[in-house]
This record gives sequence, structure tokens and C-alpha cells, in this order.
Amino acid sequence: MEIEDVKKNTKLIIDGVLYNIVDVDFTKPGKGRSIYRLRMENMRGGGVIDRTYRSGENVNEARLDTQNEQYLYREGDNYIFMDVKTYDQHPVPGDLLGIKKNFLKEGMEVVMLMYGDEPIDVTLPITIDLKVIETEVSTKTATITPQMKSSVVETGYRVDTPSFIKVGDVIKIDTRTGNYIERASTGK
Amino acid sequence: MTESESARLSRTKANLARRALIYEHIRAFFKERHFLEVETPILAPAIAPEEFITPFRSGSLFLAASPELHMKRLLAAGYERIFQFSHCFRRGERGRLHNPEFIMLEWYRAGADYTQIIEDTEQLIISIAAGLGVENHETIYQGQKIDIRPPWPRVTVRDAFLKAAGWDPVAGPDSLRFDTDFVLKVLPSFSPRRPTVLIDYPAPMASLARLKPADPLIAERAEVFIGGLELANAFSELTDAKEQEKRFREAIEKIKIERGQMMPLPDKFLEALPHLPPCGGIALGVDRLVMLFCDASSIDDVMAFAEEAA
Repeated sequence: MEIEDVKKNTKLIIDGVLYNIVDVDFTKPGKGRSIYRLRMENMRGGGVIDRTYRSGENVNEARLDTQNEQYLYREGDNYIFMDVKTYDQHPVPGDLLGIKKNFLKEGMEVVMLMYGDEPIDVTLPITIDLKVIETEVSTKTATITPQMKSSVVETGYRVDTPSFIKVGDVIKIDTRTGNYIERASTGK
Repeated sequence: MTESESARLSRTKANLARRALIYEHIRAFFKERHFLEVETPILAPAIAPEEFITPFRSGSLFLAASPELHMKRLLAAGYERIFQFSHCFRRGERGRLHNPEFIMLEWYRAGADYTQIIEDTEQLIISIAAGLGVENHETIYQGQKIDIRPPWPRVTVRDAFLKAAGWDPVAGPDSLRFDTDFVLKVLPSFSPRRPTVLIDYPAPMASLARLKPADPLIAERAEVFIGGLELANAFSELTDAKEQEKRFREAIEKIKIERGQMMPLPDKFLEALPHLPPCGGIALGVDRLVMLFCDASSIDDVMAFAEEAA
């Protein structure tokens, strides 16, 4: 592809390494060539590098596919997913999942980004409902500003919630930030 | 999460008010000096062919990438002092300092050369600053105090490149290396406390400028930089129609080979050129000027509807 078409989140292969573009800085002397300073993140090992290109240069775009996979279980630091069509299993290291590993429920379906046979990223729904399994006992003082406390949900993830949340409640969490959004239903 | 349109426009309002004030000061400056404000076509059958400026096309016509050719046709017809705020369009130019549609301020003066046009620019900038109540000729841009009192330091392209990049682009022009070294080495070497005027470009890098009579390796071209912003480009205008046609044909050929695009020769301009008096002119990026005086880091902060919001 031409350097002109590279945008944030374009995936490139440079010297055999897969990068995600995190920033494109465009500069151009009025009468001169466009200069593109790309900041890119190594999608496998992490690490950020900068590279400079001029207008007219070409780069290799990485062809990525998506497929539907089901999350099965955790094995050590690997999270095991299964292609719902072929039943092929894919272990995905926790590092690659980042914050998302905290919101995986057994049996849930996700969209997996693949580079050839290699899982690159997992897309989760923006919000997810999770059951509270542990929480601090709230100090029943009525105040105008809601008090926050620490709770643990079924995946083992610890999150700040309002003081009225009880064990057994189901709460909605934003999977991008990991923040509590609201109570989805009350436990019995 | 993206900001709502009304929140964005409320945030930009103070800058847009200051922008309107800057326009008033610019018009007052030129009126006082007996310049005529003109308007030239945005849609035209031919524009100056430039290797690194990609135009937008509309049917068989082009959107103006600069008003330069039409303004020179006015000069050729005897208009001696003219200025214009003009909408210009350049494909693919988008970044913190670029929007594909932007406003250019151009002015031309019969009998002047590039050094006098740069003096006009110094006077214009301090006059706007005074109008805005900037004290002690000291404006602050992105945390840096800038002393805008003229005369601004002039540095030749040769000296700037020798010092910051270790080579002389006049003796051995290399446009590929020039642009990268300029952005990565030369521009960052300019003093942040003062405007810089870069003068005397390699001859092949100024297709509409006159060559120095005493040194044909150098074109009479100057660029103004303030606070890291490339603000304006001035020429002693080329009045030799034969030479101009030759340069246009070379550019048209390069554009055909490198971009696979056909550009027409600007015939009407070339017909008028023999009547163009010796003159100087300049193109100043108004959006960036407003950024400077609004202390804005992005062009998006000084326009209501930048590309993605348009």
C-alpha cells in the first residue's frame, strides 16, 4: 500500500515484524515532499518504534482475518479459545489480551483477529455482565456522594463499585476501561 | 470518546473570534498601504503544475491550490498592489498543521523583490500583534516566548543545511534528501525565541521565482518560520515567459511519470507573463498565523470544520 493511505491502526509488516500503527505525524514543507513519521507498536512482543517515510514510498500492509471463537478455559498463562467452525484450538498468551483477560467467561464467543494461524487480538463486547462473588461489607452511612468500595466478580477481577452492591448482584463493566457502569440485576 | 459538535464549536469560539479580529487587522494593514483586495477563481481550467502539490479535480477543472497565477495576471494588466484571502485545496495534506482546504493570504507588489516582501511580512506581523494587544513585541507560543521585533534573522539555505545537516544543497541539489533533512534536522535547529527567514533556495526548488542575477545557482525565494510553523513563502517573481514555460513543461513531465496524471499548460498565464513587471509576492498560511496568535497546537483548533468534521 502507499504510505499516504496508512492510518492509525493500520497493520504493517516491516522486516518480517507485525506492527500496529499508533500514530501518524504528517509534515510537509509547502513546496516539498510529504514526510510521514510513523509510531508503531510491535504486535507480538510489544515495544514501540518510530520510522520516517516520504511520499511515494510503499509499505506492506498485513492481511488480517477475523473469525468467531469460543473461550474455553485458562491453562497457566494461556487462555484457550476454539474456532467455532473448525474446532481448532488456539492458546493465547495473557500478555496479548491485556485487560481483556479479566472479562473472559467460559463459553463466551469473541471475534479473534488472526495473522495467518496466529491469534493477534480478541474483540470483546464493549460491556459485559459479571456476577459479584465477593465484596466488602458496606458501612451503612447515608451520604449524598455515593461511597465506592472494592468488589470481586466471577472472573476474579477486582473492581470499584458503589457501596450498595451485594454478593450475587450482576454488574455491567466497560471492557475497554475495566470500570463499573451499573447494576444489571440484583442477586437473591 | 469523541466530543460532540456543539461542545467542539463552543471550545473553538474564542479562537474563531480572534481569527476574525486578525482578518480585520490584516485588511487595515493593506488598506493603509493602498493595496487592493481582489478575488480570483477557485475553480479554473489550469493551475501551476507542481511536482509535490496534488490538486483536486472537478470535472475538467481544478480547485485552486494557490491564487498565484491569477494574481500575476492582474499585475500583468497594471494592478500594482494587490492582496487576497483565498481558499486553497491540496489533496492528501492532513495533519496537525495541514487541512486539505485552507486559507492563504497572498500579496504582490510591483517593483519589489523578495527582500522587500519579507519586510512587508515583518511589518504585518508586528502590526497584527499590536492590534491584538501583544505587549513588548513578545508573543507566547506553546510555552515559548518569541521576540517578534524586526528585523528577523536571515539565514541562507546553504548555511542552515551546512550547520544542521552537514551538506550544501546549492552546490549539489538533492530534493529527496532536502525534504527529510529539512524536517528532521534543519527546522528543529532554528532558534525558538525568534522568527527565522530562510533565504536563497537552490535554483531547481522555486519554479516560479527569479534566479539571482549574480548567482544562477540560487533562486530568490524566502520562507518565514515562527515557533516551528512554516508560515509564508516569498519570491522575486519570475517574469521570463520562455523560462517559465520550460519549467512548467518539466514539472508536467515529472507529474506524468511519477503520479500518472496529466496537467495542462497554464496558457492564459503564460500569455500574460511578458507583461508582468518586476515584482515580489508571498503566500502566507492564515490558519497557521491564527494558530500562532491563539497559541493553538493544532490547525483543528482554529477552524470550525476541519476535514473530518466538515
